[in-house]
Amino acid sequence: MKLTLVGVSHHNAPVELRERVALDPAAAAGLARRLGPEAVVLSTCNRTELYLGREEHAEELAVATLAELAGSAAEELESALYRLRDEAAALHLFRVAAGLDSLVPGEGEILGQVRAAYEDGVTGSCLDHVFRQALHVGRKVRVETAIGESPSSVSAAAAALAQQVFGELKGRRVLLLGAGKTSESAARNLISRGAHIGVVANRTLAHGEELARKLGAKALVLDKVAAELAAADVVISSTSAPGLVVTRGAVESALRARRGRPLLLVDLAVPRDLDPAINELDGCFLYDVDDLEAVVAETLAGRRSEAARAERLVAEEAERFREWHASLDVVPTIASLRRLAEEIRDRELAKASTRLSERERRHVESVTSQILAKLLHLPTVRMKEAAAAADGVVYADVVRHLFGLGERSAERAEEERS
Amino acid sequence: MAELLVVPALLAYAEAAFAYLRELRGPGVAGRLAIWGVRLGWLAQTALLAGQALSADGFPWGTWAGSLNLFVWLVVGAYLIWGCTPRYRLLGLAVMPLAALLLAAAWAGGGTGFGAGADSGAVLAVHAGLMLAGFAGLTLAAGMAGLYLWQERRLKRHERRVLRVRFPPLDALDRLSARTVAVSLVLLVLGIGAGASRLERDELDAAMVVTFLVLAVYSALLVLRHEGWRGRRAARVGLAGFALVAVALPITHFAG
Repeated sequence: MKLTLVGVSHHNAPVELRERVALDPAAAAGLARRLGPEAVVLSTCNRTELYLGREEHAEELAVATLAELAGSAAEELESALYRLRDEAAALHLFRVAAGLDSLVPGEGEILGQVRAAYEDGVTGSCLDHVFRQALHVGRKVRVETAIGESPSSVSAAAAALAQQVFGELKGRRVLLLGAGKTSESAARNLISRGAHIGVVANRTLAHGEELARKLGAKALVLDKVAAELAAADVVISSTSAPGLVVTRGAVESALRARRGRPLLLVDLAVPRDLDPAINELDGCFLYDVDDLEAVVAETLAGRRSEAARAERLVAEEAERFREWHASLDVVPTIASLRRLAEEIRDRELAKASTRLSERERRHVESVTSQILAKLLHLPTVRMKEAAAAADGVVYADVVRHLFGLGERSAERAEEERS
Repeated sequence: MAELLVVPALLAYAEAAFAYLRELRGPGVAGRLAIWGVRLGWLAQTALLAGQALSADGFPWGTWAGSLNLFVWLVVGAYLIWGCTPRYRLLGLAVMPLAALLLAAAWAGGGTGFGAGADSGAVLAVHAGLMLAGFAGLTLAAGMAGLYLWQERRLKRHERRVLRVRFPPLDALDRLSARTVAVSLVLLVLGIGAGASRLERDELDAAMVVTFLVLAVYSALLVLRHEGWRGRRAARVGLAGFALVAVALPITHFAG
């Protein structure tokens, strides 16, 4: 079975083209069904890729489908397309699942998108194997390297810090001070990790209400924020207020009601909104923009070395896929050889069984079965090794010739016909 | 020959301790090597303890060195419950060097030999087992408290590398440490109950006093948590309680 990948991505396709070929999950699933018997459609904001498992005309079919989606001729698409086969396609998928091909390397969302595409796709032995392995690689890279924990922006760093303090952010309550773009970006990062925006406080209530509606939160005017500190787990502040919005005294009062629960405060405003003395309070962790930028700079440096380690893990898995894929060339020969051996054994056993007692027959059956298994073990292993070293077809031909495997199946077909 | 099982156990624990140190530079192969070191070392030590139990006439861990041997096994066993998850791997940094050192001390003190044993009966065996399990839990809780204070300090100081080394989440360390203390206290109370049945009237030695002091400190810690004593303060109290377990108890118990 040949694995074929044809796609467009942020590397060589402008956003105008990407948005034309982008599909929502339901449409991607529908397209996969149409392209079957083995097809998976991976469509995100950065890429649309068609993975097909079929022997013939896969590439032409995929190109024609993408051209149809883009509403243009295949020739026009040509410069933006990439076409990969077998090991190269698998390696690409593994890199995608590991987040190494993403706009921000190591981002975590892509693994879920690959899983969803796989679950919605129409898979057989080939795509099933390669996608399972891709999901395994994605998880392995995130567990064994820190690439997924290296935020590339101040907002992402704030969310990563919240995870360092609280672990799972599901159910954690966020208090947002300010309703500008910076606040919203930080809020979205926290929401993507499971946090819940409880309150949006803003100087102008109308602006606050607008963002609160989008985030499913309640809106408040900035003056009333002190009362909300007791219930919050994370405070994100980015107002344009000229002075301090939250003082040490206000947090100190709230701490009594918090009963020792930690509080993370992130001040993204310049001039600062949050009193720097808050960091001295027990259980309070205050980060301002400079602190976060220093953390981001450090993690970006680390991301490069982590990416190199992740690439090595991906390459190891790609090699495993290559071996598995190559072994497919010799699998039919191995199966035929075993079938032939079993047929001979059955025939000889049938001849001998008239002269044997039931106990003796069982014994002979067991012994001959063990002899066959031991005799065929080494040739099977050697053929798979040869397949991995790209000699599989030659070995398979030799075995078929020596044991007359093709001839026997022809003879059998002849017998059946007559 | 079976006595030599202490050697692979010790080597594996030491390997795990070094691998955890290496893991501090970033997650990777070192973390996996560390976990395998813990697993294999613990299996070797389990075989050693089983051998000791089979060859001894009575309770084989009655001496200070024998108790230390069993204690290390319990600590590492309790750690294995959490240690296999990547997020909590660094807890091994607090546990494994201590385990390796204590096992070496137990070996040097003759606590890993075969054939010895005090004919002390089942009650004492249950008593010692429960007490050691309780103290093992408190040791693990102290490891978490230590890790909490370290991570809290990194966050407070705004360390640039704070996101590069994968520490367990601060809040989880705090909660897990409290739960471990609670379970350990139950084990200690059961152990004291088992031991009390063998006591003569009015018999009270220094070790018992220290044990009750340990119970009091940790019980107070759990009560205070309800009053908001969490985080840094709770971690410090936990470590203070552990000082009693680590220093005062062995002195009063085995020197007395």
